Amino acid sequence: MNAETSNTGLGADWRDHIFRVFQDHDIKQVYHVPDAGHARLIEHCQRSNAIRTLALTTEEEGVALAAGAWLGGQRSALLMQSSGVGNTINMMGLTKTLRFPFLTLITMRGDYGEFNSWQYPMGQGTPKVLEAMGLLLYPVERAEDVRATVDAAARTAFNGGQAVAVLLRQKLIGIKDFGKKTAK
Amino acid sequence: MSKPTLQRRPLVKQLLDGADDNLLVIAGLGSPNWDVTESGDRPLNMPLWGAMGAPVCMGLGLAIAQPTKRVLVITGDADMLMSLGSLATVAAQQPDNLAIVVLDNEKFGETGNQASHTSPRNNGPTDSGAGADLALIAKGCGIADVGTVRDAAEVAQLVRDARGKKGPIFRLVKVMVEKLEFVMPPQDGAHLKDRFRHALLGHP
Repeated sequence: MNAETSNTGLGADWRDHIFRVFQDHDIKQVYHVPDAGHARLIEHCQRSNAIRTLALTTEEEGVALAAGAWLGGQRSALLMQSSGVGNTINMMGLTKTLRFPFLTLITMRGDYGEFNSWQYPMGQGTPKVLEAMGLLLYPVERAEDVRATVDAAARTAFNGGQAVAVLLRQKLIGIKDFGKKTAK
Repeated sequence: MSKPTLQRRPLVKQLLDGADDNLLVIAGLGSPNWDVTESGDRPLNMPLWGAMGAPVCMGLGLAIAQPTKRVLVITGDADMLMSLGSLATVAAQQPDNLAIVVLDNEKFGETGNQASHTSPRNNGPTDSGAGADLALIAKGCGIADVGTVRDAAEVAQLVRDARGKKGPIFRLVKVMVEKLEFVMPPQDGAHLKDRFRHALLGHP
């Protein structure tokens, strides 16, 4: 049996690759709001004894938590959707004022073939507002690039002391579709 | 309800009296920052100059990372009102080393003492709030151990609870509206963070 798949429940899915990168980089706290794109990764984190997984009421809590974790000597990651990025912007200023390593992974909506028009404003605004707040952006849209990209982002954050956002593009995640819709 | 009589500065001084390396303090922006700093600037204080709404979650992340230390968050009513959901996030984690003390003067003090939502309703056209009860909100969010302190006779117990009682605990302290001197800690956030980590971890 392949060592990577034995006992861990981990396979070749790109979300499993992200979990391995979290392990490799000794990430101890993971913050999230429920998200279909991140669901499999969140479940890996929840099952892990090495990672404390916290559900948030709003994404900005994750930035403050990450600052607190770093003050206490632990690495963390914030998982969110592009629609949640807008909720974090003032709090993202902490990454500049405190200059602490910050890693966030963002599943993109309103990005590529999105069916829900309400997702486009924040989806299209996400890279711009993150850049405005000084984050480095690592977009990825092919499954085979996920592990290397998240690994590089973690190195940039925790070794290079930067605030980094990995944008998991909608082309990678797949287009959410509610199937046949009834318009009222 | 009678007007608050507790003064915030001597109260915070008591809260932090004899603080040693086991006590990690996060102070919210504005008055709580100046209150904590008047008690004595120390590396294991993280006084915030901005990031309104951050202190409770910053304290939670720190409490999880440092389970053997006591983490004390001291902030104000307006800061707490901006991050009510964080009380539910704390309750979901049940950190036994985290205490949250909210100094409630029922005002947005830094911007000219406008009524906050904890001010009473029907208090005139420019000074009415909602009568919001932050201790009740904390309880409703799932923090079982909550309390409200109004009298000088209750302060000694408040200090014991904040410093040592099994967390998470939430205490609302009704304090007077006062005009006080700004007592400022260093402002550079990166410096505050580095000195905190150095004191706690031995490296920046």
